[in-house]
Amino acid sequence: MSITSTDRIEKHVLIRAPRARVWRALADAGEFGSWFGVEMAGPFTPGARVTGRITHEGYEHLPFEITIERVEPERLFSWRWHPNAVESGVDYEAEPTTLVVFELEDADGGTMLTVVESGFDGIPLSRRAAAYRGNDDGWAQQVVAIERHVTGGA
Amino acid sequence: MSPAAPDVAPVFAALGDETRLRLVTRLSAEGPLSIARLTAGGAITRQAVTKHLRVLADAGLARSSQLGRERIWELEPRPLLTARECLDQVSAQWDEALGRLRRLVED
Repeated sequence: MSITSTDRIEKHVLIRAPRARVWRALADAGEFGSWFGVEMAGPFTPGARVTGRITHEGYEHLPFEITIERVEPERLFSWRWHPNAVESGVDYEAEPTTLVVFELEDADGGTMLTVVESGFDGIPLSRRAAAYRGNDDGWAQQVVAIERHVTGGA
Repeated sequence: MSPAAPDVAPVFAALGDETRLRLVTRLSAEGPLSIARLTAGGAITRQAVTKHLRVLADAGLARSSQLGRERIWELEPRPLLTARECLDQVSAQWDEALGRLRRLVED
């Protein structure tokens, strides 16, 4: 049991495409933007600050900014950002960032993509509560869900 | 954005400990409890339980009140609800984005 998993989100996706193809969808700014929902100009090089505009309906007014950390072709791509920075007029600059890491591995029939976003422990709750709404659900039920997160069973 | 959402960073950190998580689970299942009840039958000392409860209280997750000679602890649900909903939301956003990525490269 990982007791620190509230700090991170981890996703594994088997993609039926070769590693080189998946890499291009990650490392090419145009391709990346098309599935991530942003318009921006690359290139993605370590240390670069890449800015753009969110293209999701309803969020078009929001700027998008990531700082590239590591670029290891066809293997690893990582960057930092301010997650859920969806309130206009708020300066997120001083707040801690989360780290997003994409890792590629050959797998049967394609490529295994692992995405880990970590560092949520440091983000003020009020900033993360973009979609927070009142909830009358039973308290016990909520704790069960929290436990699933904490034990990594979510 | 709820104006009542507490501006506290350490909620997740406070939960990142097995003993505190167990205390949260017990307070959730059994309702408000005294330190004596929380300590009874466990291998952990009264001092240690108190220390962990203070961490939870500092994170806004629990509160205590004096009842006669006993100090009673109970949960403060809102920060937990907020934390959980935030993670759920970020997780769902990743699921959607990765679904779009897969469709893009598998075509």
